Amino acid sequence: MSMAATMVRAPTFMDEVIAATPGECHLERCLQCGTCGGSCPSGPDMEYTPRAIFAMIAAGMKDQVLRSNTPWYCVSCYYCTVRCPQEIHITDIMYTLKRMAIKEGFYADSTASDAPDFSKTFIDFVESNGRSFELGLATRFHLRHRPLDAVRMAPMALDMLRKGRMDLMPKQIKGIKQLQAILAKAKELGGAA
Amino acid sequence: MKYGYYPGCSLERNASAYHQSTLAVAEPLGIELSEVEDWNCCGATEYFSINLLPAYALVARNLALASQQPENGQLVAPCSACFLNLTKTDRYMLDSPQLAEQVNQALEAGGLHYKPGSVRVRHLLDIVVNDVGYDVVAARVSRPLKGLRVAPYYGCLIVRPGYQSMFDDPEYPTTLDKLLEVLGAEVVDFPLKAHCCGGHMTQISQPVAFELIRRLLKNAADYEADVIATLCPMCQLNLDAYQDGVNSLFKTNYYIPILYFTQLMGLAFGMPATKLGFGKEFVNARAALAKIGVEAPASAPAEGATRRRQAAKEALPMPRMPKEE
Repeated sequence: MSMAATMVRAPTFMDEVIAATPGECHLERCLQCGTCGGSCPSGPDMEYTPRAIFAMIAAGMKDQVLRSNTPWYCVSCYYCTVRCPQEIHITDIMYTLKRMAIKEGFYADSTASDAPDFSKTFIDFVESNGRSFELGLATRFHLRHRPLDAVRMAPMALDMLRKGRMDLMPKQIKGIKQLQAILAKAKELGGAA
Repeated sequence: MKYGYYPGCSLERNASAYHQSTLAVAEPLGIELSEVEDWNCCGATEYFSINLLPAYALVARNLALASQQPENGQLVAPCSACFLNLTKTDRYMLDSPQLAEQVNQALEAGGLHYKPGSVRVRHLLDIVVNDVGYDVVAARVSRPLKGLRVAPYYGCLIVRPGYQSMFDDPEYPTTLDKLLEVLGAEVVDFPLKAHCCGGHMTQISQPVAFELIRRLLKNAADYEADVIATLCPMCQLNLDAYQDGVNSLFKTNYYIPILYFTQLMGLAFGMPATKLGFGKEFVNARAALAKIGVEAPASAPAEGATRRRQAAKEALPMPRMPKEE
């Protein structure tokens, strides 16, 4: 963020990513060593490994970066973050890329196009109740995106219900109005969604 | 020892066995837990992907509520995702005064305020091994888990990245190993002990998640573990509820109960299995418990075995894995 004050050129894509990530994320220090990709459990299923994504960010390839499945396939295990020799906050940067992809509307044609909707559906329930609601999430998300999966998963959902591991109705916190006021103010200040 | 307690959404339902067994073992260990009044969801791994400031504000409401309680100094979070989000929010509010100010402006809309750094969030395992201590735990053991081979599974978020502090090694943690040894269990080597369970990938891309789960099950099976001990509701759910699915995808035959470390502590303290939430697991723990002479409660439906589908002879083409050695 401090770079902005002294910059004479227009902000690059890398500047945008750094500015949208909380704290000092040190993205500019990347050495391209590949420790991140080598540590990543879903690396083999990503279109570009984290290392490649950082090179692409440096090269200003905004479209390709934000359309890729890479940030959505991040499982938040933080192996890359603790192993990075340059102490880059890699997992946090993946979250930044997800937010940017949603904002730019790019995720729709990535190969992980359902992922943002999963996050949004989850959050919808949290915003209206203050608690997560697994049954609602599973049914709404799966019916919308993969009705066949919803059918296939039904026996498991029934087992969850029978074993008392899932609620039929969402729980609501007492201070839901207070929480909603807080979130509304945060959205106003953060200027998004 | 008094602590604030933030159970999180999972412990109320899906991981109620964790909740129940946590409360059961807290008492003999002298841990007093007082639940944060009217806490809300931490946003799990999802809110930070959508909208940054509301994600922080959502978590910060819990920190603000916790800081108003008399136990405010210390807050216990047994769920790894809750633990991560609470520590992350505190850390970045501390690192970035601008973020702290905006989060507090949002909190003020609900009449709340949070001073960064005022709540120390700790995982339950940290409390048990460091505040209570192995000696006190050892003194409570009346039924050692003799002969039970346990794979200690830490998962990711309580050992990495350590937003507030670290209580164990991020690559090769050992605190749970030692705790299980104190309980009398035979702790097996488990090289993948801090690897990922797949997280939310079970919902987004099952083949990706199932491969991660398969690796963990195979690793535990290779070392002939009777059970895997876990400390996270997400890890428990992924390894337990999808074990069947992993078996049918990879034509494997794993059958490893996934139990919370607090359930194993309770058993070692001589508590009955019914008081520790047994019977809610998908992969039935009965055979494993029989090894230590504990009778599992007649679990609701289905003995594990009857649930297992017979693989169709040749249905849809399935990916083939190289033969497991």
